[in-house]
Amino acid sequence: MIPLSWYLILAAALFSVGLFGVLARKNAIAILLGVELMLNAVNINLVAFWRYGSLASIAGQVFAIIVFAVAAAEVAVGLGLVISVYRRRNTVVADELDLMKW
Amino acid sequence: MNPTTFAAILPEVLLLVLGILILVVEPFWKEKDRRNTGWLTFGGLLAILVVSLLAGRPGEPTSVFGGTIRFDWLGFFFKMLFIFAAAMTSLFMMDVEKLGRRGESYLLLLASTLGMNLMASASDLVMLYLAIETTSIPLYVLSGFIVDDEKSTESGFKYLLFGAMTSAVMLYGFSLLFGFTGTTNLYEIAAAVAGAQVSTVTALGVIALVLVGIGFKVSLVPFHFWAPDTYEGAPTPVAGFLSTASKAAGFAVLVRLFFIAFAKNGLAPDWTTGLAALATLTMTLGNLVAMTQTNIKRLLAYSSIAHAGYVMIGVVAFSNLGVTSVVFYLIAYILTNLAAFGIVAVFSRVAGSDKISDYAGLSRRSPWLAMAMLVAFLSLAGMPPFGGFVAKVFVFAAAVKSDLVWLAVVGVINSILGVYYYLTVLKVVYLYRMEGEAEESHPIPLTRPYGIALVVLSLGVLLIGTLFAPWFSASGAAALNLF
Repeated sequence: MIPLSWYLILAAALFSVGLFGVLARKNAIAILLGVELMLNAVNINLVAFWRYGSLASIAGQVFAIIVFAVAAAEVAVGLGLVISVYRRRNTVVADELDLMKW
Repeated sequence: MNPTTFAAILPEVLLLVLGILILVVEPFWKEKDRRNTGWLTFGGLLAILVVSLLAGRPGEPTSVFGGTIRFDWLGFFFKMLFIFAAAMTSLFMMDVEKLGRRGESYLLLLASTLGMNLMASASDLVMLYLAIETTSIPLYVLSGFIVDDEKSTESGFKYLLFGAMTSAVMLYGFSLLFGFTGTTNLYEIAAAVAGAQVSTVTALGVIALVLVGIGFKVSLVPFHFWAPDTYEGAPTPVAGFLSTASKAAGFAVLVRLFFIAFAKNGLAPDWTTGLAALATLTMTLGNLVAMTQTNIKRLLAYSSIAHAGYVMIGVVAFSNLGVTSVVFYLIAYILTNLAAFGIVAVFSRVAGSDKISDYAGLSRRSPWLAMAMLVAFLSLAGMPPFGGFVAKVFVFAAAVKSDLVWLAVVGVINSILGVYYYLTVLKVVYLYRMEGEAEESHPIPLTRPYGIALVVLSLGVLLIGTLFAPWFSASGAAALNLF
Protein backbone atom coordinates (compact mmCIF):
# COMPACT_ATOMS: atom_id res chain seq x y z
CA MET A 1 0.00 0.00 0.00
CA ILE A 2 1.18 3.51 -0.79
CA PRO A 3 2.30 5.22 2.42
CA LEU A 4 0.21 8.07 3.83
CA SER A 5 3.02 10.58 3.47
CA TRP A 6 2.80 10.39 -0.35
CA TYR A 7 -0.77 11.62 -0.25
CA LEU A 8 0.14 14.37 2.16
CA ILE A 9 3.01 15.51 -0.06
CA LEU A 10 0.69 15.50 -3.08
CA ALA A 11 -1.85 17.56 -1.15
CA ALA A 12 0.80 20.01 0.07
CA ALA A 13 2.10 20.42 -3.49
CA LEU A 14 -1.39 20.98 -4.86
CA PHE A 15 -2.10 23.48 -2.09
CA SER A 16 1.10 25.37 -2.86
CA VAL A 17 0.30 25.49 -6.58
CA GLY A 18 -3.16 26.82 -5.75
CA LEU A 19 -1.84 29.42 -3.32
CA PHE A 20 0.75 30.55 -5.88
CA GLY A 21 -2.00 30.88 -8.46
CA VAL A 22 -4.12 32.99 -6.11
CA LEU A 23 -1.26 35.30 -5.25
CA ALA A 24 0.38 35.59 -8.67
CA ARG A 25 -2.48 35.60 -11.19
CA LYS A 26 -4.33 38.80 -11.99
CA ASN A 27 -7.43 37.38 -13.64
CA ALA A 28 -10.35 36.85 -11.25
CA ILE A 29 -11.30 33.53 -12.85
CA ALA A 30 -7.74 32.25 -12.46
CA ILE A 31 -7.77 33.32 -8.81
CA LEU A 32 -10.98 31.37 -8.22
CA LEU A 33 -9.40 28.36 -9.94
CA GLY A 34 -6.46 28.65 -7.54
CA VAL A 35 -8.85 28.59 -4.59
CA GLU A 36 -10.46 25.45 -6.01
CA LEU A 37 -7.05 23.77 -6.17
CA MET A 38 -6.45 24.65 -2.52
CA LEU A 39 -9.81 23.19 -1.53
CA ASN A 40 -9.06 20.00 -3.49
CA ALA A 41 -5.77 19.69 -1.60
CA VAL A 42 -7.78 19.87 1.60
CA ASN A 43 -10.07 17.10 0.35
CA ILE A 44 -7.14 14.83 -0.50
CA ASN A 45 -5.81 15.41 3.01
CA LEU A 46 -9.16 14.67 4.64
CA VAL A 47 -9.87 11.47 2.73
CA ALA A 48 -6.27 10.21 3.11
CA PHE A 49 -6.31 10.84 6.84
CA TRP A 50 -9.65 9.06 7.11
CA ARG A 51 -8.45 6.03 5.08
CA TYR A 52 -5.27 5.62 7.11
CA GLY A 53 -6.83 6.54 10.44
CA SER A 54 -9.81 4.94 12.10
CA LEU A 55 -12.19 3.77 9.37
CA ALA A 56 -15.03 3.55 11.86
CA SER A 57 -15.22 7.30 12.26
CA ILE A 58 -16.67 8.81 9.10
CA ALA A 59 -15.81 12.39 10.11
CA GLY A 60 -13.17 12.71 7.38
CA GLN A 61 -15.54 11.69 4.61
CA VAL A 62 -18.36 13.86 5.88
CA PHE A 63 -16.00 16.80 6.13
CA ALA A 64 -14.86 16.26 2.51
CA ILE A 65 -18.45 16.18 1.24
CA ILE A 66 -19.28 19.36 3.11
CA VAL A 67 -16.20 21.02 1.62
CA PHE A 68 -17.48 20.11 -1.88
CA ALA A 69 -20.87 21.62 -1.18
CA VAL A 70 -19.54 24.82 0.32
CA ALA A 71 -16.96 25.23 -2.45
CA ALA A 72 -19.72 24.96 -5.03
CA ALA A 73 -21.75 27.64 -3.26
CA GLU A 74 -18.72 29.88 -2.98
CA VAL A 75 -17.87 29.58 -6.67
CA ALA A 76 -21.48 30.24 -7.66
CA VAL A 77 -21.48 33.48 -5.68
CA GLY A 78 -17.97 34.27 -6.89
CA LEU A 79 -18.83 33.93 -10.57
CA GLY A 80 -21.96 35.99 -9.97
CA LEU A 81 -19.89 38.81 -8.51
CA VAL A 82 -17.34 38.50 -11.33
CA ILE A 83 -20.15 38.87 -13.88
CA SER A 84 -21.58 41.93 -12.11
CA VAL A 85 -18.11 43.52 -12.06
CA TYR A 86 -17.59 42.66 -15.74
CA ARG A 87 -20.89 44.31 -16.70
CA ARG A 88 -19.91 47.58 -15.05
CA ARG A 89 -16.22 47.74 -15.85
CA ASN A 90 -15.65 45.47 -18.84
CA THR A 91 -12.72 43.76 -17.11
CA VAL A 92 -12.12 40.94 -14.66
CA VAL A 93 -8.45 41.73 -14.06
CA ALA A 94 -7.93 42.44 -10.37
CA ASP A 95 -5.26 45.09 -11.04
CA GLU A 96 -7.63 47.22 -13.08
CA LEU A 97 -10.25 47.31 -10.34
CA ASP A 98 -8.57 50.09 -8.42
CA LEU A 99 -11.35 52.57 -7.81
CA MET A 100 -10.61 52.36 -4.11
CA LYS A 101 -7.05 52.57 -2.84
CA TRP A 102 -5.40 53.48 0.46
CA MET B 1 -35.63 15.82 20.38
CA ASN B 2 -35.32 16.68 24.06
CA PRO B 3 -35.92 20.25 25.24
CA THR B 4 -32.24 21.15 25.87
CA THR B 5 -31.27 20.07 22.37
CA PHE B 6 -33.99 22.22 20.89
CA ALA B 7 -33.22 25.20 23.15
CA ALA B 8 -29.59 25.08 21.97
CA ILE B 9 -30.60 25.98 18.44
CA LEU B 10 -33.76 27.95 19.22
CA PRO B 11 -32.45 31.32 17.92
CA GLU B 12 -31.18 29.67 14.73
CA VAL B 13 -34.51 27.92 14.09
CA LEU B 14 -36.41 31.16 14.64
CA LEU B 15 -34.06 33.07 12.32
CA LEU B 16 -34.71 30.52 9.60
CA VAL B 17 -38.48 30.78 10.13
CA LEU B 18 -38.29 34.57 9.93
CA GLY B 19 -36.25 34.35 6.73
CA ILE B 20 -38.81 32.07 5.08
CA LEU B 21 -41.63 34.32 6.28
CA ILE B 22 -39.99 37.31 4.59
CA LEU B 23 -39.54 35.40 1.34
CA VAL B 24 -43.20 34.38 1.36
CA VAL B 25 -44.74 37.69 2.40
CA GLU B 26 -42.62 40.17 0.44
CA PRO B 27 -43.84 39.35 -3.12
CA PHE B 28 -47.45 40.00 -2.05
CA TRP B 29 -46.71 43.54 -0.97
CA LYS B 30 -47.17 46.37 -3.44
CA GLU B 31 -44.07 48.19 -4.62
CA LYS B 32 -44.68 51.16 -2.31
CA ASP B 33 -45.11 48.93 0.74
CA ARG B 34 -41.94 46.91 0.20
CA ARG B 35 -40.09 49.03 2.74
CA ASN B 36 -42.20 47.30 5.41
CA THR B 37 -40.01 44.22 4.97
CA GLY B 38 -37.51 46.15 7.07
CA TRP B 39 -40.04 46.64 9.88
CA LEU B 40 -40.97 42.96 9.66
CA THR B 41 -37.30 41.96 9.95
CA PHE B 42 -36.73 44.35 12.83
CA GLY B 43 -39.85 43.21 14.72
CA GLY B 44 -39.07 39.57 14.05
CA LEU B 45 -35.51 39.92 15.32
CA LEU B 46 -36.70 41.67 18.49
CA ALA B 47 -39.22 38.87 19.03
CA ILE B 48 -36.47 36.28 18.54
CA LEU B 49 -34.33 38.15 21.07
CA VAL B 50 -37.12 38.12 23.67
CA VAL B 51 -38.15 34.49 23.06
CA SER B 52 -34.55 33.29 23.22
CA LEU B 53 -33.90 35.21 26.43
CA LEU B 54 -37.01 33.70 27.99
CA ALA B 55 -36.94 30.14 26.68
CA GLY B 56 -33.48 29.51 25.30
CA ARG B 57 -31.19 30.24 28.22
CA PRO B 58 -28.46 27.67 28.81
CA GLY B 59 -27.87 25.97 32.14
CA GLU B 60 -24.78 23.90 32.73
CA PRO B 61 -22.61 23.79 29.58
CA THR B 62 -23.68 20.80 27.48
CA SER B 63 -22.70 19.43 24.10
CA VAL B 64 -25.57 18.67 21.75
CA PHE B 65 -25.98 17.27 18.22
CA GLY B 66 -23.19 14.76 18.57
CA GLY B 67 -20.82 17.28 20.09
CA THR B 68 -21.02 19.69 17.15
CA ILE B 69 -22.70 22.45 19.17
CA ARG B 70 -21.79 23.65 22.63
CA PHE B 71 -24.74 25.08 24.55
CA ASP B 72 -23.26 27.53 27.07
CA TRP B 73 -23.37 31.16 28.20
CA LEU B 74 -20.47 32.26 26.03
CA GLY B 75 -22.23 31.20 22.85
CA PHE B 76 -25.61 32.43 24.07
CA PHE B 77 -24.30 35.86 24.95
CA PHE B 78 -22.70 36.30 21.54
CA LYS B 79 -25.87 35.09 19.82
CA MET B 80 -27.93 37.77 21.54
CA LEU B 81 -25.38 40.39 20.48
CA PHE B 82 -25.51 39.27 16.84
CA ILE B 83 -29.31 39.30 16.77
CA PHE B 84 -29.36 42.78 18.29
CA ALA B 85 -26.81 44.01 15.75
CA ALA B 86 -28.86 42.51 12.90
CA ALA B 87 -32.01 44.23 14.22
CA MET B 88 -30.26 47.60 14.24
CA THR B 89 -28.78 46.96 10.79
CA SER B 90 -32.21 46.14 9.37
CA LEU B 91 -33.42 49.55 10.60
CA PHE B 92 -30.47 51.27 8.93
CA MET B 93 -31.05 49.34 5.69
CA MET B 94 -34.68 50.40 5.24
CA ASP B 95 -34.09 53.80 3.69
CA VAL B 96 -31.04 52.93 1.62
CA GLU B 97 -31.86 53.08 -2.06
CA LYS B 98 -31.82 49.78 -4.01
CA LEU B 99 -31.30 47.87 -0.76
CA GLY B 100 -34.10 48.69 1.63
CA ARG B 101 -37.03 47.69 -0.59
CA ARG B 102 -35.68 44.29 -1.55
CA GLY B 103 -36.68 41.24 0.46
CA GLU B 104 -33.47 39.43 -0.56
CA SER B 105 -31.25 41.88 1.28
CA TYR B 106 -33.02 41.18 4.58
CA LEU B 107 -32.94 37.45 3.89
CA LEU B 108 -29.18 37.61 3.31
CA LEU B 109 -28.77 39.57 6.54
CA LEU B 110 -30.70 36.89 8.43
CA ALA B 111 -28.73 34.08 6.77
CA SER B 112 -25.43 35.57 7.81
CA THR B 113 -26.75 36.16 11.34
CA LEU B 114 -27.70 32.48 11.42
CA GLY B 115 -24.14 31.61 10.44
CA MET B 116 -22.71 33.86 13.15
CA ASN B 117 -24.91 32.24 15.77
CA LEU B 118 -23.53 28.86 14.78
CA MET B 119 -19.98 30.25 14.78
CA ALA B 120 -20.42 31.34 18.38
CA SER B 121 -21.54 27.91 19.55
CA ALA B 122 -19.75 25.48 17.20
CA SER B 123 -17.45 23.03 18.95
CA ASP B 124 -16.59 20.85 15.98
CA LEU B 125 -14.35 21.68 13.03
CA VAL B 126 -16.97 20.63 10.45
CA MET B 127 -19.67 22.77 12.04
CA LEU B 128 -17.21 25.62 12.50
CA TYR B 129 -16.23 25.65 8.82
CA LEU B 130 -19.85 25.43 7.72
CA ALA B 131 -20.81 28.27 10.07
CA ILE B 132 -17.98 30.52 8.89
CA GLU B 133 -18.99 30.04 5.26
CA THR B 134 -22.69 30.52 6.05
CA THR B 135 -21.70 33.87 7.51
CA SER B 136 -19.33 34.90 4.73
CA ILE B 137 -21.20 33.98 1.57
CA PRO B 138 -24.32 36.13 2.23
CA LEU B 139 -22.02 38.98 3.25
CA TYR B 140 -20.12 38.78 -0.06
CA VAL B 141 -23.44 39.20 -1.84
CA LEU B 142 -24.60 42.02 0.45
CA SER B 143 -21.36 43.97 -0.13
CA GLY B 144 -21.82 43.75 -3.87
CA PHE B 145 -25.59 44.08 -3.68
CA ILE B 146 -25.98 47.36 -5.58
CA VAL B 147 -25.09 45.95 -9.01
CA ASP B 148 -25.21 49.23 -10.92
CA ASP B 149 -22.77 50.92 -8.55
CA GLU B 150 -19.11 50.51 -9.51
CA LYS B 151 -17.80 50.80 -5.98
CA SER B 152 -20.27 48.33 -4.50
CA THR B 153 -19.54 45.61 -7.07
CA GLU B 154 -15.81 46.14 -6.66
CA SER B 155 -16.14 45.90 -2.89
CA GLY B 156 -18.05 42.62 -3.05
CA PHE B 157 -15.52 41.25 -5.53
CA LYS B 158 -12.51 42.09 -3.36
CA TYR B 159 -14.20 40.76 -0.24
CA LEU B 160 -14.96 37.48 -2.01
CA LEU B 161 -11.43 36.96 -3.35
CA PHE B 162 -9.82 37.59 0.04
CA GLY B 163 -12.44 35.58 1.88
CA ALA B 164 -12.24 32.56 -0.40
CA MET B 165 -8.44 32.45 -0.19
CA THR B 166 -8.14 32.86 3.57
CA SER B 167 -10.89 30.37 4.32
CA ALA B 168 -9.14 27.80 2.09
CA VAL B 169 -5.88 28.30 4.04
CA MET B 170 -7.74 27.93 7.33
CA LEU B 171 -9.44 24.80 6.05
CA TYR B 172 -6.04 23.29 5.20
CA GLY B 173 -5.14 23.89 8.84
CA PHE B 174 -8.36 22.15 9.92
CA SER B 175 -7.57 19.14 7.72
CA LEU B 176 -4.12 18.79 9.31
CA LEU B 177 -5.62 19.17 12.77
CA PHE B 178 -8.09 16.38 11.95
CA GLY B 179 -5.27 14.23 10.62
CA PHE B 180 -2.96 14.58 13.59
CA THR B 181 -5.61 14.16 16.27
CA GLY B 182 -8.01 11.81 14.46
CA THR B 183 -11.09 13.76 15.51
CA THR B 184 -12.98 16.90 14.59
CA ASN B 185 -14.40 17.65 18.04
CA LEU B 186 -12.69 20.58 19.76
CA TYR B 187 -12.75 18.98 23.21
CA GLU B 188 -11.28 15.72 21.91
CA ILE B 189 -8.68 17.73 20.01
CA ALA B 190 -7.86 19.50 23.27
CA ALA B 191 -7.33 16.11 24.95
CA ALA B 192 -5.11 14.94 22.09
CA VAL B 193 -3.04 18.12 22.26
CA ALA B 194 -2.76 17.80 26.05
CA GLY B 195 -1.64 14.18 25.65
CA ALA B 196 1.23 15.43 23.45
CA GLN B 197 -0.04 13.49 20.41
CA VAL B 198 0.85 16.53 18.31
CA SER B 199 4.36 17.95 18.33
CA THR B 200 4.75 21.61 19.24
CA VAL B 201 6.06 22.57 15.81
CA THR B 202 3.12 20.93 14.02
CA ALA B 203 0.66 22.52 16.42
CA LEU B 204 2.16 25.98 15.86
CA GLY B 205 2.03 25.45 12.10
CA VAL B 206 -1.65 24.54 12.32
CA ILE B 207 -2.30 27.55 14.55
CA ALA B 208 -0.67 29.83 11.98
CA LEU B 209 -2.84 28.41 9.17
CA VAL B 210 -6.03 28.74 11.23
CA LEU B 211 -5.09 32.25 12.25
CA VAL B 212 -5.10 33.35 8.59
CA GLY B 213 -8.83 32.62 8.36
CA ILE B 214 -9.72 34.16 11.70
CA GLY B 215 -7.40 37.11 11.14
CA PHE B 216 -9.32 37.85 7.95
CA LYS B 217 -12.63 37.83 9.83
CA VAL B 218 -11.46 40.19 12.57
CA SER B 219 -9.21 42.20 10.16
CA LEU B 220 -5.95 41.59 11.97
CA VAL B 221 -3.03 43.37 10.37
CA PRO B 222 -1.39 41.25 7.72
CA PHE B 223 -4.89 40.16 6.60
CA HIS B 224 -6.63 43.53 6.75
CA PHE B 225 -6.25 44.71 3.14
CA TRP B 226 -9.83 43.93 2.21
CA ALA B 227 -11.39 45.96 5.03
CA PRO B 228 -10.99 49.59 3.90
CA ASP B 229 -11.95 48.84 0.29
CA THR B 230 -14.92 46.70 1.22
CA TYR B 231 -16.23 49.13 3.84
CA GLU B 232 -15.91 52.07 1.46
CA GLY B 233 -17.73 50.39 -1.41
CA ALA B 234 -20.35 48.32 0.41
CA PRO B 235 -23.72 49.89 1.27
CA THR B 236 -23.07 51.72 4.55
CA PRO B 237 -25.35 49.65 6.84
CA VAL B 238 -23.74 46.49 5.48
CA ALA B 239 -20.29 47.94 6.21
CA GLY B 240 -21.48 48.63 9.75
CA PHE B 241 -22.66 45.05 10.13
CA LEU B 242 -19.36 43.73 8.73
CA SER B 243 -17.30 45.80 11.11
CA THR B 244 -19.29 44.85 14.22
CA ALA B 245 -21.16 41.54 14.21
CA SER B 246 -18.88 39.78 11.73
CA LYS B 247 -15.82 40.87 13.68
CA ALA B 248 -17.34 39.82 17.01
CA ALA B 249 -18.15 36.41 15.51
CA GLY B 250 -14.50 36.08 14.53
CA PHE B 251 -13.47 36.78 18.10
CA ALA B 252 -16.00 34.28 19.46
CA VAL B 253 -14.38 31.58 17.30
CA LEU B 254 -10.86 32.74 18.14
CA VAL B 255 -11.49 32.59 21.88
CA ARG B 256 -13.20 29.21 21.80
CA LEU B 257 -10.71 27.59 19.45
CA PHE B 258 -7.54 28.90 21.05
CA PHE B 259 -8.57 28.71 24.69
CA ILE B 260 -9.95 25.19 24.42
CA ALA B 261 -8.04 23.37 21.69
CA PHE B 262 -4.62 25.02 21.86
CA ALA B 263 -4.35 25.89 25.54
CA LYS B 264 -2.66 22.76 26.88
CA ASN B 265 0.82 21.30 26.73
CA GLY B 266 2.71 24.59 27.01
CA LEU B 267 1.37 25.91 23.69
CA ALA B 268 -0.30 29.00 25.13
CA PRO B 269 2.88 31.08 25.78
CA ASP B 270 3.95 30.58 22.15
CA TRP B 271 0.79 31.79 20.48
CA THR B 272 0.12 34.56 22.98
CA THR B 273 3.53 36.02 22.11
CA GLY B 274 2.69 35.89 18.41
CA LEU B 275 -0.75 37.41 18.96
CA ALA B 276 0.73 40.16 21.16
CA ALA B 277 3.01 41.14 18.27
CA LEU B 278 0.08 41.10 15.84
CA ALA B 279 -2.04 43.17 18.27
CA THR B 280 0.69 45.80 18.47
CA LEU B 281 1.02 45.93 14.69
CA THR B 282 -2.76 46.04 14.21
CA MET B 283 -3.32 48.92 16.63
CA THR B 284 -0.40 50.98 15.41
CA LEU B 285 -0.99 50.56 11.69
CA GLY B 286 -4.75 51.05 12.01
CA ASN B 287 -4.38 54.29 13.95
CA LEU B 288 -1.54 55.74 11.88
CA VAL B 289 -3.22 55.11 8.53
CA ALA B 290 -6.59 56.35 9.84
CA MET B 291 -5.03 59.77 10.45
CA THR B 292 -4.42 60.34 6.74
CA GLN B 293 -7.92 59.44 5.53
CA THR B 294 -10.27 61.91 3.87
CA ASN B 295 -13.21 59.53 3.42
CA ILE B 296 -15.18 58.88 6.60
CA LYS B 297 -15.93 55.25 5.76
CA ARG B 298 -12.24 54.51 5.21
CA LEU B 299 -11.43 56.32 8.44
CA LEU B 300 -13.93 54.13 10.28
CA ALA B 301 -12.48 51.06 8.54
CA TYR B 302 -8.97 51.77 9.80
CA SER B 303 -10.38 52.66 13.20
CA SER B 304 -12.14 49.28 13.29
CA ILE B 305 -8.82 47.60 12.44
CA ALA B 306 -7.24 49.42 15.39
CA HIS B 307 -10.11 48.28 17.63
CA ALA B 308 -9.47 44.67 16.63
CA GLY B 309 -5.99 45.24 18.07
CA TYR B 310 -7.39 46.49 21.39
CA VAL B 311 -9.70 43.47 21.67
CA MET B 312 -6.74 41.23 20.91
CA ILE B 313 -5.00 42.56 24.06
CA GLY B 314 -7.76 40.89 26.08
CA VAL B 315 -7.22 37.62 24.22
CA VAL B 316 -3.46 37.77 24.72
CA ALA B 317 -3.93 38.25 28.48
CA PHE B 318 -5.12 34.60 28.44
CA SER B 319 -7.07 34.77 31.68
CA ASN B 320 -10.62 34.80 32.93
CA LEU B 321 -10.50 38.59 33.22
CA GLY B 322 -9.07 38.73 29.69
CA VAL B 323 -12.04 36.92 28.13
CA THR B 324 -14.46 38.94 30.27
CA SER B 325 -12.90 42.14 28.97
CA VAL B 326 -13.03 40.85 25.38
CA VAL B 327 -16.77 40.18 25.66
CA PHE B 328 -17.38 43.52 27.36
CA TYR B 329 -15.30 45.38 24.77
CA LEU B 330 -17.28 43.77 21.97
CA ILE B 331 -20.61 44.87 23.51
CA ALA B 332 -19.44 48.47 23.75
CA TYR B 333 -17.81 48.34 20.32
CA ILE B 334 -20.85 46.87 18.56
CA LEU B 335 -23.14 49.60 19.94
CA THR B 336 -20.70 52.41 19.19
CA ASN B 337 -19.61 51.40 15.72
CA LEU B 338 -23.15 50.57 14.57
CA ALA B 339 -24.11 54.09 15.63
CA ALA B 340 -21.13 55.58 13.79
CA PHE B 341 -21.93 53.78 10.53
CA GLY B 342 -25.63 54.60 10.96
CA ILE B 343 -24.82 58.30 11.15
CA VAL B 344 -22.69 58.02 8.03
CA ALA B 345 -25.60 56.29 6.28
CA VAL B 346 -28.01 59.08 7.27
CA PHE B 347 -25.61 61.76 6.12
CA SER B 348 -24.63 60.24 2.79
CA ARG B 349 -28.28 59.55 1.93
CA VAL B 350 -29.03 63.28 2.06
CA ALA B 351 -25.69 64.85 1.18
CA GLY B 352 -24.58 62.17 -1.26
CA SER B 353 -21.00 62.25 -0.04
CA ASP B 354 -18.71 60.42 2.37
CA LYS B 355 -15.97 63.06 2.39
CA ILE B 356 -15.04 64.29 5.86
CA SER B 357 -14.80 67.88 4.62
CA ASP B 358 -18.48 67.76 3.60
CA TYR B 359 -19.44 67.27 7.24
CA ALA B 360 -18.71 70.95 7.86
CA GLY B 361 -21.64 72.69 9.48
CA LEU B 362 -23.37 69.46 10.45
CA SER B 363 -23.96 70.73 13.99
CA ARG B 364 -26.13 73.50 12.53
CA ARG B 365 -27.75 71.41 9.82
CA SER B 366 -28.88 68.74 12.26
CA PRO B 367 -27.96 69.25 15.93
CA TRP B 368 -29.31 65.87 17.02
CA LEU B 369 -27.35 63.95 14.41
CA ALA B 370 -24.22 65.87 15.39
CA MET B 371 -24.94 64.98 19.02
CA ALA B 372 -25.22 61.27 18.16
CA MET B 373 -21.94 61.59 16.27
CA LEU B 374 -20.33 63.19 19.32
CA VAL B 375 -21.42 60.27 21.50
CA ALA B 376 -20.26 57.63 19.02
CA PHE B 377 -16.89 59.19 18.20
CA LEU B 378 -16.01 60.05 21.80
CA SER B 379 -16.88 56.50 22.77
CA LEU B 380 -14.66 55.17 19.96
CA ALA B 381 -11.89 57.46 21.20
CA GLY B 382 -12.33 56.03 24.72
CA MET B 383 -13.63 59.05 26.61
CA PRO B 384 -15.65 58.73 29.81
CA PRO B 385 -18.60 58.51 30.46
CA PHE B 386 -19.14 56.43 27.30
CA GLY B 387 -18.91 52.67 26.83
CA GLY B 388 -15.61 52.78 24.93
CA PHE B 389 -13.78 54.14 27.96
CA VAL B 390 -14.81 51.43 30.41
CA ALA B 391 -14.15 48.76 27.79
CA LYS B 392 -10.59 50.00 27.22
CA VAL B 393 -9.94 50.18 30.97
CA PHE B 394 -10.93 46.53 31.43
CA VAL B 395 -8.84 45.34 28.48
CA PHE B 396 -5.74 47.18 29.72
CA ALA B 397 -6.38 45.99 33.29
CA ALA B 398 -6.46 42.40 32.03
CA ALA B 399 -3.11 42.93 30.29
CA VAL B 400 -1.52 44.42 33.41
CA LYS B 401 -2.81 41.57 35.60
CA SER B 402 -1.20 39.05 33.23
CA ASP B 403 2.17 40.84 33.49
CA LEU B 404 1.89 42.37 30.03
CA VAL B 405 2.46 45.94 31.14
CA TRP B 406 4.27 46.80 27.88
CA LEU B 407 1.22 45.79 25.85
CA ALA B 408 -1.04 47.94 28.01
CA VAL B 409 1.34 50.87 27.48
CA VAL B 410 1.26 50.31 23.71
CA GLY B 411 -2.53 50.26 23.93
CA VAL B 412 -2.70 53.51 25.86
CA ILE B 413 -0.33 55.28 23.46
CA ASN B 414 -2.46 54.06 20.58
CA SER B 415 -5.67 55.32 22.19
CA ILE B 416 -4.06 58.74 22.34
CA LEU B 417 -3.23 58.53 18.63
CA GLY B 418 -6.87 57.58 18.08
CA VAL B 419 -8.20 60.61 19.95
CA TYR B 420 -6.46 62.82 17.38
CA TYR B 421 -8.37 61.67 14.33
CA TYR B 422 -11.72 61.19 16.04
CA LEU B 423 -11.52 64.76 17.34
CA THR B 424 -10.48 66.02 13.89
CA VAL B 425 -13.78 64.74 12.53
CA LEU B 426 -15.70 66.31 15.42
CA LYS B 427 -13.85 69.57 14.77
CA VAL B 428 -15.20 69.61 11.21
CA VAL B 429 -18.70 68.80 12.47
CA TYR B 430 -18.84 71.42 15.22
CA LEU B 431 -16.46 74.24 14.37
CA TYR B 432 -16.48 74.51 10.58
CA ARG B 433 -19.24 76.21 8.59
CA MET B 434 -20.61 75.39 5.17
CA GLU B 435 -18.92 77.71 2.74
CA GLY B 436 -21.06 80.56 1.47
CA GLU B 437 -24.39 78.94 2.37
CA ALA B 438 -26.82 79.12 5.23
CA GLU B 439 -26.81 75.75 7.01
CA GLU B 440 -30.45 76.13 7.98
CA SER B 441 -31.48 75.79 4.34
CA HIS B 442 -29.78 72.35 4.12
CA PRO B 443 -31.36 70.33 6.93
CA ILE B 444 -30.74 66.61 7.27
CA PRO B 445 -34.07 64.91 7.94
CA LEU B 446 -34.03 61.76 10.06
CA THR B 447 -36.53 59.12 9.00
CA ARG B 448 -38.20 57.10 11.74
CA PRO B 449 -36.10 53.90 11.51
CA TYR B 450 -32.86 55.91 11.68
CA GLY B 451 -34.22 57.89 14.61
CA ILE B 452 -35.16 54.79 16.59
CA ALA B 453 -31.87 53.03 15.93
CA LEU B 454 -29.69 56.04 16.73
CA VAL B 455 -31.55 56.79 19.97
CA VAL B 456 -31.30 53.16 21.11
CA LEU B 457 -27.61 52.94 20.23
CA SER B 458 -26.62 56.30 21.76
CA LEU B 459 -28.46 55.53 24.99
CA GLY B 460 -26.89 52.08 24.99
CA VAL B 461 -23.39 53.56 24.69
CA LEU B 462 -24.13 55.89 27.63
CA LEU B 463 -25.72 53.12 29.66
CA ILE B 464 -22.76 50.79 29.25
CA GLY B 465 -20.38 53.57 30.15
CA THR B 466 -22.17 54.47 33.36
CA LEU B 467 -23.98 51.38 34.64
CA PHE B 468 -21.39 48.88 33.55
CA ALA B 469 -21.57 46.45 36.49
CA PRO B 470 -24.45 44.25 35.22
CA TRP B 471 -22.89 44.02 31.74
CA PHE B 472 -19.53 43.21 33.23
CA SER B 473 -20.89 40.43 35.41
CA ALA B 474 -22.81 39.00 32.44
CA SER B 475 -19.57 39.03 30.42
CA GLY B 476 -17.86 37.34 33.35
CA ALA B 477 -20.49 34.60 33.44
CA ALA B 478 -19.95 34.04 29.72
CA ALA B 479 -16.16 33.92 30.12
CA LEU B 480 -16.39 31.42 32.96
CA ASN B 481 -17.64 28.74 30.56
CA LEU B 482 -14.23 28.56 28.93
CA PHE B 483 -12.24 27.69 32.02
